[in-house]
Amino acid sequence: MILGGRRMMMTAVSMMLLWGTAPWNRSTAGSADPTKIVVKDFMFMPTPLTVKAGSTVTWTNMDDEPHTVVSDTGLFKSGGMDTNESFSFRFDKPGTYHFTCSIHPRMVGTIVVQ
Amino acid sequence: MSDDKLLLTRRNALKCMAYGGAGTLFALSGGVFTPVDLAMARAYDESKEGKALGKPLFVQISDTHIGFNKEANPDVAGTLTQTIEIVNGMSVQPALIIHTGDITHLSKPAEFDMAQQIFTRLRTTEMHTVPGEHDTTDATVTEYFNRFGKASNNKGYYSFDHSGVHFIALINVLQFKPGGLGTLGAEQLDWVAADLKHRSASTPIVVFAHMPLWTIYEPWGWGTGDADQLMSQLGRFGSVTVLNGHIHQIVQKVEGNVTFHTARSTSYPQPVAGVGSGPGPLKVPTDQLPGMLGITSVSVVKHPSSLALNDTALA
Repeated sequence: MILGGRRMMMTAVSMMLLWGTAPWNRSTAGSADPTKIVVKDFMFMPTPLTVKAGSTVTWTNMDDEPHTVVSDTGLFKSGGMDTNESFSFRFDKPGTYHFTCSIHPRMVGTIVVQ
Repeated sequence: MSDDKLLLTRRNALKCMAYGGAGTLFALSGGVFTPVDLAMARAYDESKEGKALGKPLFVQISDTHIGFNKEANPDVAGTLTQTIEIVNGMSVQPALIIHTGDITHLSKPAEFDMAQQIFTRLRTTEMHTVPGEHDTTDATVTEYFNRFGKASNNKGYYSFDHSGVHFIALINVLQFKPGGLGTLGAEQLDWVAADLKHRSASTPIVVFAHMPLWTIYEPWGWGTGDADQLMSQLGRFGSVTVLNGHIHQIVQKVEGNVTFHTARSTSYPQPVAGVGSGPGPLKVPTDQLPGMLGITSVSVVKHPSSLALNDTALA
């Protein structure tokens, strides 16, 4: 799935700036868009991400380098996501889910499903 | 250039050994690994010592990343084509081409197809490959193996002999561990042990894999976690050359009889270890790009006892 170009990117950048510069606003920013993970500068942000069971989480790559999202247990696996491409997965069962970028295994993240 | 002058300049080159730039010629002779600036390589080629270098055995091409189209190099097909022209222009054609992975950027069928199309322009037709992690991101990890899996029976690792040299192709991009380095795995290491078991210690060995088989920079995953188990098997051999790609720049070390060397990419440069947020494409001024892309050629010196490495940039 490819999300639409620059507008998507700008939205995500604004969100990151908001989180970065206004920490007191984090919970409201989180509730406004609680199921998005930005992949940027070789990091998954935010991590850990807490969502409710039944939520669909979307990862969007904003680096010039491709990344992947691969579950440690094999539950989900994206293909190579190029710049501005996204991958989504729906979490139905509560639990803690760890994932990695298979191209850059140092990149790790966690989703907590409640 | 006279021989005297050549030697004098060569001494200077040894003193001012510089990696990168126009490239460096590495002559391994009698166990001494000698770097010579590539600007002099042509004169060196014509000299008595140069002639002793012998026929180029193979050229290493790496990290072609067909499909990449970002600012760091919008025309990776063009720079690969230029690379091939350099190889085709060599006065003696190498017997083999070795591609050390990241043939494509995103493991897409169209990217593999285009890469293969461009490779057909090589005058040397025998090519051996290993996959990079960019070649194995498709959901079923089949695109690479459908095209290049035959040599290894779809395992990714295999060996062959040419001109008295034993080549071992290894895969270290599949069994990644979260938070870790590349991995060879027990099965592959056992296979290497069996493959080497009856070989004479005087056989020159060339090992190639995509990710470095020595730890260059752990925070960026520039290494292979279980490479020490491989190196302990290679210790008894008199001449071992270990070739990798992945990091898009030349880094080299010599340890006993083992020479480790990473090749330039033909697509885009990457930052020096630890500079910036991660090992992504490095945007450099357009006129500097060709100097940061290139190939490595390897010749037999004093056949078949040792090998010489020669890095060539696109400009």
